Amino acid sequence: MSTAAGEGRTNYLNAASSVKSWLLTVDHKRIAILYLVSITFFFLLGSIFAGMVRVNLLSPYGDLLQAATYNKMFTMHGITMIFFFLIPSIPAVLGNFLVPIMIGARDLAFPRINLLSWYIYVVGGLFTLTAGVLGGVDTGWTFYTPYSSTYSNTNVMLTAVGVFITGFSSILTGLNFIVTIHKMRAPGMTWSRLPLFIWAQYATSLIMVLGTPVLAITVALVALERGLHIGIFDPALGGDPILFQHLFWFYSHPAVYIMILPSMGVISELIACFSRKRIFGYGFVASSSLAIAVLGFLVWGHHMFVSGQSVYAGLIFSLLSFLVAIPSAIKVFNWTATMYKGSISFEAPMLYAFGFIGLFTIGGLTGLFLANLGTDVHLHDTYFVVAHFHYIMVGGAIMGFLGGLHFWWPKMTGRMYPATLARAAALILFVGFNLTFFPQFILGFLGMPRRYHVYPPEFQVLNVLSTAGASILGLGYFLAFIYLLWSLKYGAVAEANPWGAVGLEWEIPSPPPTDNFDKTPVVTHEAYAYDEVQPHAAPEVSRV
Amino acid sequence: MSEPHASVAHQFDDAEQQYQASHLGMWTFLITEIMFFGGLLTLFAVYVSAYAEAFAEGSKHLDLVLGTTNTAVLLGSSFTMAMAVRSAQTGRRNGQLLFLSLTLLLGLAFLGIKAVEYTHKFEQHLVPGPNFSFPSPVARNVQLFFSFYFAMTGMHALHMVVGVVLLTILIVQAWRGRYTADYFTPVEVSGLYWHFVDIVWIFLFPLLYLVARHA
Amino acid sequence: MTHHIVPTRLYVQILGALLAFTALTVTVSFFDLGGGRLHYANAVAALTIAVTKATLVVLYFMHVRWSSRLTWVFVGAGVFWLLILVVLTLSDVLTRYWIPALPPWGLTSLQ
Repeated sequence: MSTAAGEGRTNYLNAASSVKSWLLTVDHKRIAILYLVSITFFFLLGSIFAGMVRVNLLSPYGDLLQAATYNKMFTMHGITMIFFFLIPSIPAVLGNFLVPIMIGARDLAFPRINLLSWYIYVVGGLFTLTAGVLGGVDTGWTFYTPYSSTYSNTNVMLTAVGVFITGFSSILTGLNFIVTIHKMRAPGMTWSRLPLFIWAQYATSLIMVLGTPVLAITVALVALERGLHIGIFDPALGGDPILFQHLFWFYSHPAVYIMILPSMGVISELIACFSRKRIFGYGFVASSSLAIAVLGFLVWGHHMFVSGQSVYAGLIFSLLSFLVAIPSAIKVFNWTATMYKGSISFEAPMLYAFGFIGLFTIGGLTGLFLANLGTDVHLHDTYFVVAHFHYIMVGGAIMGFLGGLHFWWPKMTGRMYPATLARAAALILFVGFNLTFFPQFILGFLGMPRRYHVYPPEFQVLNVLSTAGASILGLGYFLAFIYLLWSLKYGAVAEANPWGAVGLEWEIPSPPPTDNFDKTPVVTHEAYAYDEVQPHAAPEVSRV
Repeated sequence: MSEPHASVAHQFDDAEQQYQASHLGMWTFLITEIMFFGGLLTLFAVYVSAYAEAFAEGSKHLDLVLGTTNTAVLLGSSFTMAMAVRSAQTGRRNGQLLFLSLTLLLGLAFLGIKAVEYTHKFEQHLVPGPNFSFPSPVARNVQLFFSFYFAMTGMHALHMVVGVVLLTILIVQAWRGRYTADYFTPVEVSGLYWHFVDIVWIFLFPLLYLVARHA
Repeated sequence: MTHHIVPTRLYVQILGALLAFTALTVTVSFFDLGGGRLHYANAVAALTIAVTKATLVVLYFMHVRWSSRLTWVFVGAGVFWLLILVVLTLSDVLTRYWIPALPPWGLTSLQ
């Protein structure tokens, strides 16, 4: 395999340049780029909504926004960030790009379904955008009934349709990955030689396929109830609103594992590369991905401890929620053990990995406070919960996404970004993030409720700190956006393996040719075989 | 589905890999369908326990003869679909055309009978919404039963329509001689889909039509 | 591709069984098998027959009897996940009013 830079030769980016060749592509790498552009747009949108929330909370009296508008802001922030940014992010961008390459395939099993899933995502996004333009939704991203099904006067139907449609994008991506990983691995690529990123994508795909359909039927029923006033979820008509919550959280709890598992997969890749070591306890890390996927489906009732759910069911859900923390902890221990006596370098991706480990650990530990039925009664619907999930979603998932983006950027684009700026942005993000969300733990513990546009004046200092942190966070994202864009034209041309990493993706040019491999590779060693393979040396043994 | 006869798509190494991928892909899709209908079934299970009397009342107003006939029709269509796959496996074009067409006819018969049932319900003011009317103190809960009836059978019928479209495409392709013993994947995976839709009805029928026939 | 070709006779027998079970479930529904207000026994009977019919379709018409272990795992997983949804949801609904000290309140219809 040539290690020469791929820029001069034909690669997937310059193979054809018409708009049609992009919009009708079936190349998984181009589809990944299409997704990258779209999710970046929705991330920007979601950030604007977040900005409105945080600026309003500078003052305890809700001077900026009226209550109804504020409700729309946090709702749209949640919907945009969860359904249109976080859930697709790593799977649809990094997963789409890397899954075939990492297993030695030419493309996914169903390339046209891959393109279809992007179009479905765009159509769903358009529906939701339309709902936003027409005045938004104020139910919270959780759409609790009977407010969403009966009493809210906002664009619930349109948003529900948008979310319904987008769900199929997720389902099709998951389906594609599952079949690809089962059936299209190169010769010698046994399950135990798969990169942990692939294990993570596989586990995520299981969740996408098993959970998302339940969300689909749930929002469809909310729309039905809204249209016909039937009484499935409306107690005034004989319905049970808690049943809505059961169906909603059956998906939405595993959904948070859709958002974090791929990130964990990225972190395994980053830590192995920048410690120059095999991942400690590969088997444990791989199994824990599967364990999280399975256990994640058994804990949804922990969102409903104070909803009126049976105390006995609550007990079961609480116990299971403690159990689901274990595989996550196993991963953190294994990553740490990997770094021990490793040869660590502090490139930007590694800084993101460090950030992930610290912030995800805090997020995970605070989850235990919430898993405990007793303390959750005090903390439910306070800022403690908000801080908890942002530590995982932003401190964890987004750090992982950015770390992965920075790690594979030279592979995807053939360009390097400025290293020092990248490290600076990572640090700015870390500082900004903690300043934004740590005060929220304290606020929650002190009793400040979430989703309120006003609060008691004694909470103002902490809120101001949080908003200040948010602006620093925004600066960090903005910086990264700028230099990444800049690098596309002015960045140094990247070689095939700029990090000296081990993996099939590093043995093909940057950017890769459309069909990925000249010849199907034959795999003879394990993932992360840093002690066996010399990545910088000439192309090694056993390549067919 | 429109791949040329016996050629292999570029991402696959050989025809066997392509077949196995399609097969696994359809099963994965069917799992999503299990969960989709499962949500409806879960809700139904809760409410049929909560409002047993009202649901029994509602169930009695469903036409048992038409429902049972439809069950037989669909089971028959599963048989003919399995025979169609068998004809494809053995490379018999005439058998494919015969059994695919029979399956299509039975599927259309099912939809036709459903349409008749729906029309009756409309005439009896049993369609949930502003026209619903049921003289009973538990009318509200009876309306809930009919909401489930229409949601579940409607969702099922929608899947049947998709199946009918698939069958039509298969018949056209079979007419062109596309399916041989070496390549019949679309027939087989469509068969899996069709059988699944039949299985959904196997559960819907007793849950909706047989709630309390003895009362 | 060596795929098991099922003899037509077996398909006919399965169809016969399915139709017989359908007749059985309709007939049984006319008898009150007991089980209190919710007629549990009738529901159990109907569901058992339905599961049997579904199993026949899965094993024979969908060829799972002759399919790979991977296919069995996928089928099993689908059924298992459906059960998670149903069982855990019902575990709430059926146990919500078990606290004996409290009088019934609010949504009384789920007792």
